Amino acid sequence: MELNLQELNATEFPVPVELEDNIAITSLSQLYNWGRRNSMWPMLFGLACCAIEMIATASSRFDFSRFGFEVMRATPRQADLMIVSGTVTKKMVVPIVRLYNQMPEPKYVLAMGACASGGGPFKEGYNVVSGMDKYLPVDVYVPGCPPTPQALLYGMIALQRKIDGQSIANGDDVPWYGVGPAEPTPVPVLGPDIIDPRQMDMIRRQAESAARDMGLLGSRELPAITQMVAAKAETAEAVAEAAPADTDALNVVLPTGGTPWAEAEDIREKRRLRALARKALRASRRAAQAEGE
Amino acid sequence: MENLAAAPEQPIETASIDDAVSFLKSNHPDAIKLDDRDGYEGVIVDPDQLLDVARVIRDELGFDYLSSATAVDYLGEGDHMEMVYHAYRTSGGGALVFKAQTDRENPTIPSLTGLWRGADFQEREAWDLYGIRFPGHPNLKRILMWEGFHGHPMRKDWREAYYEEELKPFDSRWPGGHVHRSEEKNVFGKNVSYPTDIDLNRLMDSSETAVYESLGLGVDVERIMDKDGFETNELVVNMGPHHPSTHGVFRMLLTVDGETVTSLEPVMGYLHRNHEKIGERNTYLHNIPFTDRLDYISSMGNNHGYVLAVEQLMSLGRKYNPPTYRCEALRVMMVELSRIVNHLWAIGFWLNDIGAFFTPVLYFIQERERILDFFEAVAGSRMMCNYMRFGGLFGDLPERIKSVANLTNDRVRDYNTMQFLTEMINERIPRTIDELELLLTQNEIVLERSVDVGVLSAEDAINYSAAGPLLRGSGVAYDIRRADPYSIYPELDFDVAVEEEGDMYARYRVRVTELRESVRILRQILPRLEATKDESIWADGKPGAYQPRVPHGEAYGRVENGKGELGYYLVSAGGRGGSSNPWRYHVRAPSFINLTPLGRMSQGYKVADIVGILGSIDIVLGETDR
Repeated sequence: MELNLQELNATEFPVPVELEDNIAITSLSQLYNWGRRNSMWPMLFGLACCAIEMIATASSRFDFSRFGFEVMRATPRQADLMIVSGTVTKKMVVPIVRLYNQMPEPKYVLAMGACASGGGPFKEGYNVVSGMDKYLPVDVYVPGCPPTPQALLYGMIALQRKIDGQSIANGDDVPWYGVGPAEPTPVPVLGPDIIDPRQMDMIRRQAESAARDMGLLGSRELPAITQMVAAKAETAEAVAEAAPADTDALNVVLPTGGTPWAEAEDIREKRRLRALARKALRASRRAAQAEGE
Repeated sequence: MENLAAAPEQPIETASIDDAVSFLKSNHPDAIKLDDRDGYEGVIVDPDQLLDVARVIRDELGFDYLSSATAVDYLGEGDHMEMVYHAYRTSGGGALVFKAQTDRENPTIPSLTGLWRGADFQEREAWDLYGIRFPGHPNLKRILMWEGFHGHPMRKDWREAYYEEELKPFDSRWPGGHVHRSEEKNVFGKNVSYPTDIDLNRLMDSSETAVYESLGLGVDVERIMDKDGFETNELVVNMGPHHPSTHGVFRMLLTVDGETVTSLEPVMGYLHRNHEKIGERNTYLHNIPFTDRLDYISSMGNNHGYVLAVEQLMSLGRKYNPPTYRCEALRVMMVELSRIVNHLWAIGFWLNDIGAFFTPVLYFIQERERILDFFEAVAGSRMMCNYMRFGGLFGDLPERIKSVANLTNDRVRDYNTMQFLTEMINERIPRTIDELELLLTQNEIVLERSVDVGVLSAEDAINYSAAGPLLRGSGVAYDIRRADPYSIYPELDFDVAVEEEGDMYARYRVRVTELRESVRILRQILPRLEATKDESIWADGKPGAYQPRVPHGEAYGRVENGKGELGYYLVSAGGRGGSSNPWRYHVRAPSFINLTPLGRMSQGYKVADIVGILGSIDIVLGETDR
């Protein structure tokens, strides 16, 4: 990628014309994002038909290296971008979530094609997940079945634009600029049907009400989910102590305390409060600054 | 049309299918009854005597190749389950169809894996999706869904979470005109439904344990003690479903002793997107775009097999016009072009697997792009062509098409279609094949890596129901275009590619020869297209029934696709006027069945060879898992 300083220069700070090729005055965020957006390495990870078009996009005619998606890496540890290229099945979503947890932050997810965006033509199938966003946060959706290489390139460039808008000074934008370690996404469980640990409580309530409707209440023991969560929480702590960096081991375990569903709510609430606090702090600083002037 | 020489030991009175059936009828009168349902063929065998009869079919009648074994649920039409087997002779000819019926409550049919090991995965699939037990099967566990899944989803009374109605079009959509998102109607907002007796206390993710169970893990201490000095433990290496060289979301469990593979078990279903269940709700027409997504490298071939099967059924009815000559010629051209795409892709990715990472592929993709440009101009889409229709095609060739000249000069140019085709078929593709051969066929590294690796003998290849280049690479000259011809192949001049060695290199050679043969066929197609310029692609000059009502009966349409025999088994359960939705829609996927011998072929080779062996089979997961 050729270094274009003019592209990097913040417009509010004029640089003398003769120095434009040598000097740029910019913000740290802008410099940081400029570096990041131009070295987004996708994970070498094909699911279905879309993967073929993804390979076509990577090869000579379309060549996404031109835009900074330099090389595809087979390991999630070296990847910045997960292109979900194809139908996500219930059986496959378990490894996908695990792979996502293994990717270092900052990380992005691009849902390529109709299936990854919302289930696509196979949506009604019993083994099909109706869209990657049911389990992972998706940054860019690319429509098409499969999207043409041009469409995929457009989606990737849209992601770069999205990165440009993010700021390292603002922790509300993206989780990885906030404080503290990231929580791994809970890995789904393959029971009688796929179970999202975040919905465990809801499933229990549904099962209870179904049992009540059918007059089964009292005839058998009702599921007591808290016991299971407590048992899992113990192992979670043990695992975390032994190998804190091993997210693989961690993410099979449900969040500690309470139910997973409530836990997820808590996390969201905490994040919201934190963001509000930071906003207030910044506002007061600005006010103090203005007063000082 | 030449029928390949019949095996000499075959008794003359059983040569034709009808003779074979009457031979069975006279020799096993109590076990056999003719299938006299309207539009059905073959015989129904008493399940208790299935093994004996199957042995006669294989050994005495010479139907040595079990192409397809699949289940049908006749809920409401006799309330039984049925296994349908299609057996062929590798010397050529049609199918002997035999069936075994069992009740729905406790369906049990003896396993045929002892006779045809190719039945292995197909019976596992029938257990997984239909819940039929196969006593005698060595490893009967779920194959596409995970162990612990509730129910057997292909049964007619099993309903998926987003179930709306039995058949499409759904009343709410048409004529209702309402559209909703299915997740909005689901309590969980997802495509899930749980049995009411779900016990979250004892919830266990047993899917993984079950996968490893059959490997018989654990260290055999005595065996280790027997080895003097050097101690090695067997180790299980898990490859996939996320792995750069498994050609998609395929997974293999290798048990290795040092670097040598002692056993290999394929694990699949990671792309099981319920093609057949959806297909049985769809109308016949709906399914054409779905077939594109089976073997997504060669969608034209998938279309062809499907329309052939439906046309077989339609020809049972009264109002049916067979496709015109121009239509057939166009079909063959499209199919052969997609065979070229498929083989270029297969060879390229096989080279990736044996170490030539991506360089050769880039050159092959260059030619592929031109062919895709052509498909896009003709059918509207690069990959998912959705081109063929029952009795016709989506459209004729356009007058002019747009494509790029080459990859270094990607300015889009306007070409006359026939000129574009002539140049592509006569110059560009042969040049690519020459270049490919020049660089690879005698390449020392290719030879070193592939000769005598992944050997599959001819007997095994037949017994494992291998198809396509895998079968022909093992010295069995079985190509459906010749053995059981369809379309206009009988009048075309081409040879069946065959190599004797049965190793990776032989499969590569078969593919290269088939590339050349495809070009040879295409060269014969071009003048036929010129000659039929004024002919319509539809029999009456106007599009036929897009949404046909298909008469009662069954059909098995099969084509020689790039990866092997692609078959569609269809059952139409229509009443008098026929039905517009299939009752049973089954895909005999070559990629799926070709994986059956993978374990056998891999034994004794090194881990690094395994990716190459898998690459030389040439699988595509859309078709494997369906």
